[in-house]
Amino acid sequence: MNLTLHVWRQKNSGAPGSMERYAANDVNPDMSFLEMLDVVNEGLITAGKEPIAFEHDCREGICGSCGFVINGIPHGPNKGTTVCQLHMRYFKDGDELFLEPWRAKAFPVMKDLVVDRSAFDRIIASGGYITARTGSTQDANTIPIPKGVADSAMDAAACIGCGACVAACPNAAAALFTGAKISHLGLLPQGQAERDRRALGMVAQVNAEMFGACTNVAECEAVCPKGISVEVIARMNADYLKASWKDRGARKESGE
Amino acid sequence: MSPTAISGGSGGTLRFLESTIFKKAVMALTGAILFGFVSGHLLGNLQIFLGPDRLNEYAAFLKSNMEVLWIARTVLLLSVTAHIVTTVQLMRINQTARPVGYAKKNNSHSTLASRTMYYSGPMVAAFVVYHLLHFTTGTLHPEFSPVDVYSNVVVGFQRLPVAISYIVAVGLLCLHLSHGVSSLFQSLGFSHPQHTPRIKAVARLVGILYFAGYASIPAAVMLGILRAPSVHL
Repeated sequence: MNLTLHVWRQKNSGAPGSMERYAANDVNPDMSFLEMLDVVNEGLITAGKEPIAFEHDCREGICGSCGFVINGIPHGPNKGTTVCQLHMRYFKDGDELFLEPWRAKAFPVMKDLVVDRSAFDRIIASGGYITARTGSTQDANTIPIPKGVADSAMDAAACIGCGACVAACPNAAAALFTGAKISHLGLLPQGQAERDRRALGMVAQVNAEMFGACTNVAECEAVCPKGISVEVIARMNADYLKASWKDRGARKESGE
Repeated sequence: MSPTAISGGSGGTLRFLESTIFKKAVMALTGAILFGFVSGHLLGNLQIFLGPDRLNEYAAFLKSNMEVLWIARTVLLLSVTAHIVTTVQLMRINQTARPVGYAKKNNSHSTLASRTMYYSGPMVAAFVVYHLLHFTTGTLHPEFSPVDVYSNVVVGFQRLPVAISYIVAVGLLCLHLSHGVSSLFQSLGFSHPQHTPRIKAVARLVGILYFAGYASIPAAVMLGILRAPSVHL
């Protein structure tokens, strides 16, 4: 099948960018989206042109490296997949596709479809450590965790930090990502000791990174390749509000 | 990226009042207060169908204790002010969060109500100003009587453009409510796999029922169901 691509081309973070038109001919429907771009890039390289830059690593939908917006939907039209696991059979001959990078102040474009997501790393770092015992492995089941709690924590931990939630959000908010990170440790007994500090630290970092504010429209949930629910955002809100309340008392006691 | 390049905690000095989560909590709480008023106001207004005496007695009762009336008005005014000021603050944050927009954007999941909060809100606010000048102070009313609320309403809505603008305005208000009433639970941190879908269903129902209730009054005047008291006497 033959496709027309409109791709955001930008030389570097300082240069202005624009949409450029490319033809992708004889596309095999069994290719992944990234493989299709690989073929387009081979053609560009042969013609002596600069290939389209995009980020990728595992190509198995589990690392969180890849992702861009296809026709206004982060990771494209197929629900619950990253672009590397999106196959060309979901498109039809003659389709016109607009490929754009994640758009957010906190995610500056580095080149073409590649954005700098270090803001996410700094949010995770702001959460700090957990006081888990290291050394030899503990006996199984020393810490009892109800199945439902373990399942919810695992659902949140499925976040691969791809950034599609920020890209889909009309406000470029990082609420689903941060909510997932706060929930995944906050639900488990091992995460309780630092639960308040983690919520305060991560939320403060989100605001410092200039992400937007959640307006509960749930566009993020629809595009999350891991199907993470906006329930994690409510848990973040609750944890942050409670922690702020308790933190004021703690500061008074310690005389800060 | 290398771990050494990560410096966590630079946002550690964030003040609670500056956090977007606190601001959303303000939106939720003030919204809840205003929703409470909208509910009480609807129940009060619907007494128009019980006849002029009943409505006018109720209106006189509301104005019987000026202290309570002004406490209620102050709470509402503060809530409206906080709701609007916080909206403007959040809107500024959200506008700077995405300086370059998409050439193509597909909002697939969100509801119309949730996406139009920034538009329905200011239009409802403008309507409230007009509504106060129309029925509370009487400044924009052709034959205003401070004691006869019933005939104020009937005479007011006998003008077709006025009645239609009221129906449109309560439509926008109810669109706003159908998102706001459920969204406030999420903002305050309450989400539950079973209860949240129910809360959302209730919010949609509130939107429909409140619209039917509020719109029924100008509609009844236009259809001649509610008439000036002189006709009955």
